[in-house]
Amino acid sequence: MAASGDAVLQFPSSSTELSARVQPLVIFNICDCYVRRPDQAVRVIGTLLGSILPDGTVDIRNSYAVPHNEFSDQVALDIEYHHNMLLSHQKVNPKEVIVGWYSTGFGVNVGSALIHEFYSREVINPVHLTVDTGFNNGQASIKAYVSTNLSLGDRPLAAQFQEIHLDLRMVEAERVGFDILKKQAVDKLPNDLDGMEASMQRLLSLVDTIYEYVGNVVEGRVPADNNIGRFIADSVASLPKLSSLDKLVNDSIQDHLLMLYLSSITRTQLSLAEKLNTAAQIL
Amino acid sequence: MVAAVRSFLQVASTEEAAPPLRVVQIEGLAVLKIIKHCKEFSPALVTGQLLGLDVGSVLEVTNCFPYPIREADDEIEAEGADYQLEMMRCLREVNVDNNTVGWYQSTLLGSYQRVELIETFMNYQENIRRSVCIIYDPSRSNQGVLALKALKLSDSFMDLYRNNNFTGEKLREKNLSWVDIFEEIPIKVSNSALISAFMTELEADSPVTQCDYDRLQLSSGPFVERNMEFLIECMDDLFVEQQKFQYHYRNLSRQQAQQQAWLQKRRTENMARKAAGEEPLPEEDPSNPIFKPIPEPSRLESFLVTNQIANYCNQINGVSGQSFSRLYLMKALHED
Repeated sequence: MAASGDAVLQFPSSSTELSARVQPLVIFNICDCYVRRPDQAVRVIGTLLGSILPDGTVDIRNSYAVPHNEFSDQVALDIEYHHNMLLSHQKVNPKEVIVGWYSTGFGVNVGSALIHEFYSREVINPVHLTVDTGFNNGQASIKAYVSTNLSLGDRPLAAQFQEIHLDLRMVEAERVGFDILKKQAVDKLPNDLDGMEASMQRLLSLVDTIYEYVGNVVEGRVPADNNIGRFIADSVASLPKLSSLDKLVNDSIQDHLLMLYLSSITRTQLSLAEKLNTAAQIL
Repeated sequence: MVAAVRSFLQVASTEEAAPPLRVVQIEGLAVLKIIKHCKEFSPALVTGQLLGLDVGSVLEVTNCFPYPIREADDEIEAEGADYQLEMMRCLREVNVDNNTVGWYQSTLLGSYQRVELIETFMNYQENIRRSVCIIYDPSRSNQGVLALKALKLSDSFMDLYRNNNFTGEKLREKNLSWVDIFEEIPIKVSNSALISAFMTELEADSPVTQCDYDRLQLSSGPFVERNMEFLIECMDDLFVEQQKFQYHYRNLSRQQAQQQAWLQKRRTENMARKAAGEEPLPEEDPSNPIFKPIPEPSRLESFLVTNQIANYCNQINGVSGQSFSRLYLMKALHED
């Protein structure tokens, strides 16, 4: 009944209302700690920090690794380190509290149950995050679990880990730009105009795709999907139909030109002032 | 024969000239941490410490940790140092590079050139051979640009600052103008293979990302307005500085005139004395207050303010360029 060795008893994810959100920084942190782990450790364990949102979702925002030692069925965790780091982190951000713990590796095993018990003494209902750094199934699997205790009468039998819904919020990473985050070396950070160009090209390709699709539907090559049609109609309709749009656009352009002119004048003024200031004194 | 063999002492004493810093290589992890910290506390300004390695002409930043916000209080100084030591010790235990290579700070619309920045730089420079300061601007990043900059004080400026010598003479000697104070170093981002595998896997399939939404937003009004406000304030500051110089020059020329007058008087006196056969008085009198040299006001402030103004101008240019593209795009869309 109880999970032993490598056999993992997994239940299909039941409909618990609890769900978790993970920020990309946490994943980066976990991977970095895994890469830096001491040689004899097979996996890395650490604490998850974050907050619990009003609707019950657990928002995981930060994490740190905790040194630990794992033997056959015993686990030793450096509790003092864990508390020290917690205090230090809370000095910076008092709103971040412990919400659970993470481990790398696939699945849940005996050691995890023990650690989970330790963490449930720190916070009610901790969330356990596993990050599969070994890419076991050929894909990156990041799963979150909560545990309930199965007991028969008074005797605790086992801890059942149920998977909960996990929301990977990659919005922050998208903001930075996946190009920067996914390559192993990026030579130059893109400046404003480069980024603008890339965005416009993407927009252009989107428009092209839609154009093609509409062309295909009209010619009967592709069956029409009403939903997509409605979306397209909505987007086209969202272009404002102002008759004075030309005037507005021209006004804006003039404003911006004026600002450019102003900043160029300021720069000329600066270089002139500098020449005057460090000119030879008339003695 | 003698020159070929150098004693160990000699070799140890001749330090190799360090290659100049060319590139700062930051890990994606550090970038995300900096962004998160600065964004969470914006508009308050926050700082943090950078950790990494100094390798040849590349400064690698592999990790960072934030500083808690503290009021300027003396007894909290000790707490701050304790926090720093504690963090570094803990990070050492998990094999993170323990080497301080600089610090980062957030800024508001690029107004970071202050005297405190220079002082912090000098403090760091005493202990660490090469340190860098990373500036992140969360308000500009809302426009879709990753506003991350690595700064370093130029060497010639540091020499001048140490001698506290900002007179016009010295500056002309060294040919140092306001552009030379800060040196911007290009940033490279690197990621470990594991992370790049994860990110490639987790990248959303949609062809348009959030940063595109940010960039293609038409309203750049508030950002530009604040920029202009700061620019105008800085121009006022610059004006005040220039007033100081004018005042100084006027005083100087007035003092010169006084000196000339006194000299003339002395000379006529001497002539009279010579005619009367007495000893001529010396032509200089250091105890006379009109000979006291008037100290020249330091140009540091005006240089810093000039730097800030230049920064604002650059930002305005950048935003205007973006806005032009957006406006033309709108126009084209409307025509269809």
